[in-house]
Amino acid sequence: MNNEILNEKAKQIRADIIKMLYLCQSGHPGGSLSCVEILMSLYYKAANVDATDPGMENRDRIVLSKGHACPALYAILADKGYFPREDLWSLRQIDSHLQGHPDMKKTPGVDVSTGSLGQGASIAVGLALAAKHKKAVYKVYVVIGDGEVQEGLIWEAAMAAAHYKLDNLTVLLDHNGLQIDGSNDQVMSIGDIMAKYRAFGFECIKVDGHDIEDITEAINVPITDKPKFICCETVKGKGVSFMENKFEWHGKVLNNNEYNIALKELEVTANV
Amino acid sequence: MSESKSLRVAYGEALAELGAKNDKIIVMDADLSHATMTSIFAAKYPDRFYNFGLAEANLMCAAAGFAHSGLVPFASTFALFGTGRAYEQIRNSISYVNANVKFGLSHSGLSVGEDGGSHQSIEDIALMRVLPGMTIFVPCDPIETKKAVFAAAEINGPVYIRVARPIVETITTDETPFIPGKANMMKDGSDICIMATGLILREVLKAADRLATEGINASVVNFHTIKPFDNECVLKMAEQCGAVITAEEHSIIGGLGSAVAEVLAGNSCAKFVRVGIQDKFGKSGKPGDLFAAYGLTAENIAAQCKSLIK
Repeated sequence: MNNEILNEKAKQIRADIIKMLYLCQSGHPGGSLSCVEILMSLYYKAANVDATDPGMENRDRIVLSKGHACPALYAILADKGYFPREDLWSLRQIDSHLQGHPDMKKTPGVDVSTGSLGQGASIAVGLALAAKHKKAVYKVYVVIGDGEVQEGLIWEAAMAAAHYKLDNLTVLLDHNGLQIDGSNDQVMSIGDIMAKYRAFGFECIKVDGHDIEDITEAINVPITDKPKFICCETVKGKGVSFMENKFEWHGKVLNNNEYNIALKELEVTANV
Repeated sequence: MSESKSLRVAYGEALAELGAKNDKIIVMDADLSHATMTSIFAAKYPDRFYNFGLAEANLMCAAAGFAHSGLVPFASTFALFGTGRAYEQIRNSISYVNANVKFGLSHSGLSVGEDGGSHQSIEDIALMRVLPGMTIFVPCDPIETKKAVFAAAEINGPVYIRVARPIVETITTDETPFIPGKANMMKDGSDICIMATGLILREVLKAADRLATEGINASVVNFHTIKPFDNECVLKMAEQCGAVITAEEHSIIGGLGSAVAEVLAGNSCAKFVRVGIQDKFGKSGKPGDLFAAYGLTAENIAAQCKSLIK
């Protein structure tokens, strides 16, 4: 699928995210909108996955460690055909297979249950080490948030990834600079995150986190004997003007007026 | 004479034996392999042993990653750091998704001894017992430890094996049944039933002998499995004896005593008392001295029995 088509698709994915969150009147718009292109680069370009065979043994594993951004993941999985698109409108409702945070036991295509921050990154290390152990060739991708890197477990996982030379593991950071209580720098500065991961022994690449071509290129850079870290520079709330770069939209509910404006914005741009 | 061995050595040996039969068995540790005795497995199967350093949270989540990959990880560290520090990792990454992870955690209870209260886990059973789908084994001797390891490998889902440090004599035999969720009657009597789990069973058996000399016939039941719990056995023995005492090397809150109380409440009029650690922390000392200081002795158990049925 070429990048022009994917960029158009990204708008549809964002519109789906907005609709899902509006319908259930809960959830996390800001961080869902910021990681759309990161997840699309994996699911449409770089990763070896098959919607008709979600449990395929040699599939690449994709872990959304910042699990609260699952509306983005669900919209993409539905678009890929893992389950019907109509299911999206049941997000967070009783008996829906689309839980408030990703659930591997309920949703086809979800490789790992996540949401408790830090744990997805650590499980991904286990998956990657287990793949090495089995001499399997599949790769493991994990998407983390920049508030999430304040969790100590992120660094326990990073240390182990380098120690075991997990060159089948790629950590993608959705670096939008904001978290629930404010900016990273206001809440707890994460400092020079590239330097930190480099010091932990990762190959580090910085990309425009809304440029699918840029992200995909970084994912495909070959590495040996060390894990990879891709710092994806993103905009929280990307695509909806009144949400962009506003930490207040981390977990805010859309009212009817905001919903209509957001959809209109996305449709307008979609029709350009 | 029965063989003496530490439960942790039995644990390490059982892992090595299990590893010979099943190449999916992976053993992981957090820089305590020479204390948890997973070093025995590591020496035999270095390619199936992974050290995660002093990072218990990462140990547990990484184990989940191995389980999701079709392998059968046994993750080990001390009981306090496994069930305590990594509690939420066990809760969300293992228990919540029924990941096929086993954790044999050693140095449980007061019997750690000299290391003191900061290292004595007296709440681990309580922490694990509230997790849906968790299986909890508390072996009382080396033979039961081995059986618990082999039984854990047969269960599809998380299993906690509570392993203790001291060298102890075996009190069960190879032939003693070990059916998960099914308590074992060790002595049958009709005056009072002493329900126990783990190392304290030795004191309980001595207490029962002591009571017998005074004409009191006590039953002794070994609850090697705390979850799933043998409710049926509790009710049957309460009916048979009319008085029940629990004994454990754990807080009286949340462990065996609580499990029995939950079954008895509303279902039985049997008299009931809990022997265990009375809602306080441990401290340094020799294991025997600590057992005495906290009332985990044959003398105290016998005295409690007499007081309950007088």
